[in-house]
Amino acid sequence: MREMIKMIVVLTVLSVFSGGLLASVRNGTKDKIENQQLQFVKGPAISDILKGASNNPISDRFKLTDAETEISFFVGVFDGEARAVAFESFGKGFGGDLGVMIGVNTKDDKIIGVGVTTHSETPGVGSRAKSDPAFAAQFKGVPLAEEFKVKPDGGQVDAVSGATVTSRAVSAALTDAGRVYQQLKPQLIEKLKSFTK
Amino acid sequence: MAKTIVQEFTKGLWDEIPPFRLVLGLCPTLAVTKTVENGIGMGVAFTFVLLCSNILVSALRKVIPPKVRIACFIIIIATFVTVVELMMQAFTYPLFLKLGIFIPLIVVNCIVLGRAEAFASKKGIVASFADAMGMGIGFTLSLVALGSLREIFGSGTFTLGSMTGAVLSKLGIGTLAFWETPMQVFGPSFQPFKFMIEAPGAFVCLGLMLCIMNLFKK
Repeated sequence: MREMIKMIVVLTVLSVFSGGLLASVRNGTKDKIENQQLQFVKGPAISDILKGASNNPISDRFKLTDAETEISFFVGVFDGEARAVAFESFGKGFGGDLGVMIGVNTKDDKIIGVGVTTHSETPGVGSRAKSDPAFAAQFKGVPLAEEFKVKPDGGQVDAVSGATVTSRAVSAALTDAGRVYQQLKPQLIEKLKSFTK
Repeated sequence: MAKTIVQEFTKGLWDEIPPFRLVLGLCPTLAVTKTVENGIGMGVAFTFVLLCSNILVSALRKVIPPKVRIACFIIIIATFVTVVELMMQAFTYPLFLKLGIFIPLIVVNCIVLGRAEAFASKKGIVASFADAMGMGIGFTLSLVALGSLREIFGSGTFTLGSMTGAVLSKLGIGTLAFWETPMQVFGPSFQPFKFMIEAPGAFVCLGLMLCIMNLFKK
């Protein structure tokens, strides 16, 4: 009996220390990790979508809260006016969460560019949603308001052949982005005013 | 016959070098030696985990009940591996992406668990520290040796990478940009021996290294 109690106590104390150490390391590195992810994963997507902007969209960014989730918005200044934002939305893909970076022109609510950021899709199949420029190009100029669905589901989105689930995830991410955009648009416009040089 | 502290350290560098003599930890050895950079990264991460794990297990050796010792070792090792993972994401993100799943797999690396069970749970802290340093450096050297062999003949390049490059450039030796770019070892007419980069090539190279080590022993 004494032996059993000793085992339980030792394991519990060890687990408590482990949890505490990991939580504090995570807190300490959270900001650094966010910056690194920004630089290496999302940065290229953002720069590509907001190509031609006269500012640095990665440093010109702000956060807004939508139903308890914090979303980062990256500002694109064109012709001296801050009129484009890029932000990330997520959809459930084949292997996990699929991140999509969407660039929107706030003047006419149209998409200026789309890029898949993080994903766990099948290499060579679903991953083509990220690597195939033709897939992302179909969203340019489309208004970010309506619901996005793939053609097999009755919608307008041309799916990546053989990767319907992945394409659905992208569509779901875009639909959600539309919802977020509509919800936060007044706040977005307000924040953008401060970035117009 | 009891070994001195120095002997505990040096055994990991040759007599009991982990992948080639103890023949442990072969999975990461085969997988991350496509480039020298990956080998160094894995070696450093592994050494950190082994050091922390050995020291903690040795410190707690009188407290850990024998019946649950493996569970305790795993908790300790997994905690340090997660710490390494977070640190790599924070400071060396590109390397973290390159090593991928092999960082979390350090938890089940036979060397770490093996040293905890066979050594750290029985010997004092200083000896465990020396053992871990020796094994860690030995493992890193093995990865660099195998990685060099595979990269030089398989791709014709030699890359020290961004992590080593940052350290070297801070010491004033060369610039980060220089160390980061793969160095072409042979001329442009070199046809890379692609087999070396593939999995079967890894096995063959490992076999070669084991053969060379055995020749030296004789």
